[in-house]
Parts: sequence; structure tokens; C-alpha cells
Amino acid sequence: MHGVEPLAVAQPPPQAQYARGGSALAVHIYGWLLLLPAAVLLVAFTHYPAVQTLIDSFYSTPRGRRGAVFVGLDNYQTMLADPVFWRALQNNVVYATSVIPLTIALALAMALLINGKIAGRPFLRLSFFTPTVLPMIAVANIWLFFYSPGYGLLDQILGLFDSSTHNWLGDEHTALGCLIAVAVWKDAGFFMIFYLAALQQISPQLAEAAALEGAGRWYFFRRVTFPLLMPTTLFVLVNAVINSFRLVDHIVVMTQGGPDNTTALLLFYIYEVGFKFWDTAYAATLTVVLLVLLACLALGQFLILDRRIHYQ
Amino acid sequence: MFCTKVKWLAAIAAVALVALATGIMTSAATAKDIVLSFYYPVAVGGPITKIIDGYVADFEKENPGIKINAIYAGTYQDTLTKALTAFKSGEPPDIAVLLSTDMFTLIDEDAITPFDDLLKTDADKTWAKSFFPAFMENSQTGGKTWGIPFQRSTIVMFWNKDAFKDAGLDPDKAPDTWDELVADGGKLTKRDASGNVSQWGIEIPSTGFPYWLFQGLTTADDVRLMNQAGTTTYFDKPGVVQALQYWVDLSRKYKIQPEGTIEWGTTPKDFFERKTAIMWTSTGNLTNVRANAKFPFGVAMLPAHQGRGSPTGGGNFYLFKKMANEERDAAFKFVKWMTTPERAADWGIATGYVAVRPDAWDTSKMKKYVADFPAAAVARDQLKYAVAELSTHDNQRVTKALNDGLQAALTGTKTPQQAMTDAQQEAARILKPYQ
Repeated sequence: MHGVEPLAVAQPPPQAQYARGGSALAVHIYGWLLLLPAAVLLVAFTHYPAVQTLIDSFYSTPRGRRGAVFVGLDNYQTMLADPVFWRALQNNVVYATSVIPLTIALALAMALLINGKIAGRPFLRLSFFTPTVLPMIAVANIWLFFYSPGYGLLDQILGLFDSSTHNWLGDEHTALGCLIAVAVWKDAGFFMIFYLAALQQISPQLAEAAALEGAGRWYFFRRVTFPLLMPTTLFVLVNAVINSFRLVDHIVVMTQGGPDNTTALLLFYIYEVGFKFWDTAYAATLTVVLLVLLACLALGQFLILDRRIHYQ
Repeated sequence: MFCTKVKWLAAIAAVALVALATGIMTSAATAKDIVLSFYYPVAVGGPITKIIDGYVADFEKENPGIKINAIYAGTYQDTLTKALTAFKSGEPPDIAVLLSTDMFTLIDEDAITPFDDLLKTDADKTWAKSFFPAFMENSQTGGKTWGIPFQRSTIVMFWNKDAFKDAGLDPDKAPDTWDELVADGGKLTKRDASGNVSQWGIEIPSTGFPYWLFQGLTTADDVRLMNQAGTTTYFDKPGVVQALQYWVDLSRKYKIQPEGTIEWGTTPKDFFERKTAIMWTSTGNLTNVRANAKFPFGVAMLPAHQGRGSPTGGGNFYLFKKMANEERDAAFKFVKWMTTPERAADWGIATGYVAVRPDAWDTSKMKKYVADFPAAAVARDQLKYAVAELSTHDNQRVTKALNDGLQAALTGTKTPQQAMTDAQQEAARILKPYQ
């Protein structure tokens, strides 16, 4: 990715080797057989479920002895009229647009900090990376304690400044913000590793040359370091976007989407509809929306951003 | 190259053979025994899994030839999800303890079998009638018995006697009406000069299943939330709105309860830490409170308003379909064994759940326990006033409509009237196909 030469492509085997096998057909079969293991996995776990989900979204939910019947766009109409869906979508937009830039900024800042020569570097690296190692469920349980009103860590710290107790997760104004903080805390360390690796690829000569020219540190970062990090930023961005739609474990532990759906994200709502209400058809409909949304985001990132990035 | 391929093939074949042989051997070993899977949830504090494992071991000892795989499956919600997922994949558990309110859901999914066909002897028929009628309300519909009460509870009020003494109140008398609760709560709430609260008067939890605690208020206001058939709800009746107004007022008008939603799971901890002087919670927490409260505490029935009362709650035994006859008989035997008067008494003492049948309270063990710890009998006495827990068709969804409304009112996004009108509208929409 960072200007690495294209991997040496395996040379096609000389004709003589498979001539023994006979016709060109055999060559094709041989090729397809080599592809088969990967193709089977891809079809079974990615393409088939996606297509089946799309089909299910046009049918009603089978219940007991009543089978599924074709209902056309009924499920989609229900969805457009469902206030909780819109709420979840809106929450997810707020969540993603806060978590993604904050995580990336924090990851970059931490990487820059521990890339320099400072005291206690290994310790800092370890502590920045620790949240990534923990499973999300454990993280959510730790933070649940941080947020508990009165005797939680956060309230205890604020208590030093004589502040009143806060019902962090029970207040509709702060609940989503609390979850955003957890997600940022959890993911920043992971993305930091990528930035750190990229930073160490940048040639020190550039810094020396810039110093000779009299460029300030901020100028150097803005005009040299950051553009050189762009390929990494794209990679991190793609992952951050996926994570912001994919990780809902902390919601299950901390708020169950409450109070009054203020912390319901799209995937959490899909889980609720699918495995609490057992309305599988409607869950499939919501899943289709999520799929389309993610596909559009990914396409946009690759088609638009990728062109503007300078690869060394 | 070919040589390697052959080796690989041989290795795979060997692994397959071993797997096959093990499979045959295990099935041969279990052919004699009837093996039943049993899913159960844990919803209160204490070493519940250890107690259940102990029962299962005792049952297996007394009934050779029957093996019970007791599987702790998480919260009630997790357990239902796991049981239904397993059911849909064709491998349901044989026995499960699930919320009594999941009855309609399980019937609609065609997942469970009623107990009526299994009641062959007179002893069986007497057994089926031996439970408190209040617990059977959520266990029977359409003239059939679908669930057998096991870990059942009601809501009770715990109070910290030291806090009452400090506030100049009689430590042995809990508030008995809504007005007294407000008056006592005001004295119990401790504020410093700048208005920060170090101890609240009361906490009624409002996450997870706020509708259940809300029923403690609506029942006292003498209104019901749904009809017996589970097809209509009454969320926007004036009495219901009034009850919600009172709940909201505890926080916003009288300022004796924290604002916003209150976490169900940490409420007992708040009580132990003296963050709240009074809490409402399940009787199932009784043993937990007894073990962890570092101060004398009391247990009382919920305060009265127009009337008195609490919803029942908790879990029933269900038998899933797709069992062979002898498996079903074995499962039935296990359910009967778990609900004998002695076991019901033992389970009640170990956890705090209400022993589910009157004759359990006549056992010598239970009599001694109650004499020693009178608080344990409060929940039983409250059963006279108990009503069925909210349960309808498509229950989870209807319940969510109400929960969302309650939380919206408690956080101040909607007025109680608006919240309940919206919840009723949503519930009516969901229940339309069942009319």
C-alpha cells in the first residue's frame, strides 16, 4: 500500500506442464477447482444470505402454522411509517459522524505522540493499545460502572469539583454521547497501530529537508506527513465506517436502546425486530436497507476518495 | 505431489472414521438414558446456577435413566431468544423456564405443548390445581394450562430502617399510601446547601422492563392494562395516565427520585450504598438484599391509592413440542419434581422468589424460615391483591410500545398523556391482526 512494489505475480506455468492433462477444457476445470473452496465460502456466507434476505423482505413473517406469503413492498411501507426506524437511522448518522472523525483524530494524535522520542514510550504504546484487546462486552461493562450515577468513576471525579450527580445513561441528552465515547475509546488504539506503522515508513530525509528549508512542525505535518498518510487514512476510514454500523454490543449491555430509543442504532434495532419480536421478514427489510447503505458508502469511498489520494 | 495428496486423503479419511466411531459410541451410551435439555435464565442476584445444578443432580439420583442437561442461558430475554432460535432450527430444548408473559408468543409460534394432556392420574390433576391462583392467571388461556409456575415473584418495597430513623420517621412503619410515600420520601431525601442529593427518597427502576414496575402503580390506581385474551390494551385510560403522572412527579415535582431512567440492575446496589432509602424491586432479590444490606431493612407491600396491588412476575416451566412420548413423560416428571411443596419451599428460601403453592408455606422448613424472617411472607400476603403481568399477543412488541412511552415521560420528552396516547395507538396497530 505504501509504495510497495506490486507483488511478484506467479508466472503462468509453461504449457508443457499441463499438456499431459489434455484439452483446454481440463485447464478450465482445473482453474475452477482451484477457485472452488474460496467461491463456496463466499457464496455460502456472503452472497446467498444477502440474496435470501432480499427475497425474504418481500414476504410476510411465517408464524407457527401460518407460512410466509408474498406481500410485495408491504414491509418497506411499514418501514417508512415506522418512527423507531427513522429514529435509529438518525441516531446512527449522529453516531457515525461523531465516532469516525473523533476516532481518526485521536488515533492520529496518539500515533504522532508515541512516534516521537518521549519518555515511557513502550508504556504509552501499551496503554493506548489495551482497549483494543478487550472484548466490547467487557469494555461496556467497565464503562457501565464509570457512568453509574453517584458512585461511578465519572461522577466521583466530577464530585471533586462539587458537581451534582448525573444520570449519564438515563438522560436522553447524554446517553448517545456516552456510547460514542465508549466507541472512540475502544477503536482509537486499533487505528493508532496503522498510523504508527505508516509514520515509520516515512523517510526521515523529508523531515531533515523540511527543517533545512525552515518549515514549521505544523506546516510539515499539514503539507508532508498528512498527505503521505492518506492511504492509511482511507483504510482506517473504511474500517471506522463499517465499525460504526457493525458494533452494537455496548448498546445491548449499557442501554438496550433506551431511554425511549435515543440510543437505538440500526443494527441493534434489526436484532430487536429479528430476535425479540421474531418479525423476521421486517428484520430482513431493515437489513436490506443497511446493506444498501453500507454498499453506497463503500463505493463512494473507493470511487471518489481513492482518486484523490496520492500513493507514493 | 501425488504422494502428499494421498497422505492428505488418508488423514482426512482417518479423522472422518474416528468422528463416525465416536458418534456411534456416544449414541450407544445414551441409547438407554433419556436425555433432556433444560434452559433456564437468571434474573436476580445469588448463586442461582449452583442451586439449579444441585436440584438436577438430586433428580438424576432419584430417577436413574433420565439425564437433564441444565443450561444457563442468560437473562429471560436471552433464554427466550435461544430457545426460539433452537426451536426454529429444529432442535428445541425439551424444558425451559421462560417468562410467564411469553405464553402468547410461544403459542403463536406453535412451540409449546399444554400440560392438560399429561394430567392422567388424579394425583396429577390435584397437582395442577395446587398453585396460587394469582400465578395461574398468566399460565392459562383458552381453557388450557401452558405454563407451570416456578420462579414467580411480585414487586415489593424495601426500606432502610436506619435512614428512616435518621429522618425522624418510625423505622418500623413503611409508607402505606401514595401520599405517605411522597411525605416520607421528602424527609428521606438528603440535600446539601447547593442542592446536591446524597440520598434519594425512593427509586422505582425504569430500564429493562419498566412496564412491570408501572403495573405496581396502575394496579394501585385500580386500572388494568390489558384484557384476559391478550388482544386489547388500555394504555390511554385516565387511571393509567394518572399513575404515570405520579411516577413522573416523584422525580420532577416532589424531587424525591432521580430524574431520567433508573437502571434496574444497579438499583439494589444504590440501596446497599444508601443512595436511596426506599426501592421497589422483585421479591426475587430478597435473599440478595438480606445478604448484602449492611443495615436493618424492612419489606412492605406496595403503597395503596384507589386500591392496592402488584403484578405477578417471573418464570414458568414450559414443555416444548417435538418430544417423543417417553421424553415428554420424563420432562413432566421433572417439572412435577421441581414443584413439590418441599422443593418450592426450598427454592423460595434460597432465592426469595415466592413459593408457588400454598402448601409449601405449611412445610416445617418454611414455617421456621418465616418465623425467623417475617419479611419473607410479605410477598405471599400481597398475592391476594396481585394481578396478571402485562401479556398480549406479539407481547415483546406491545411491551416495547409501552416501555418507550414510559421512558419518554420519565425523561421528559413527552407528557404522560401524550406518551400513553402514542403507546396505545402503537399497541392497537400491532394487535389489529389478532382482533
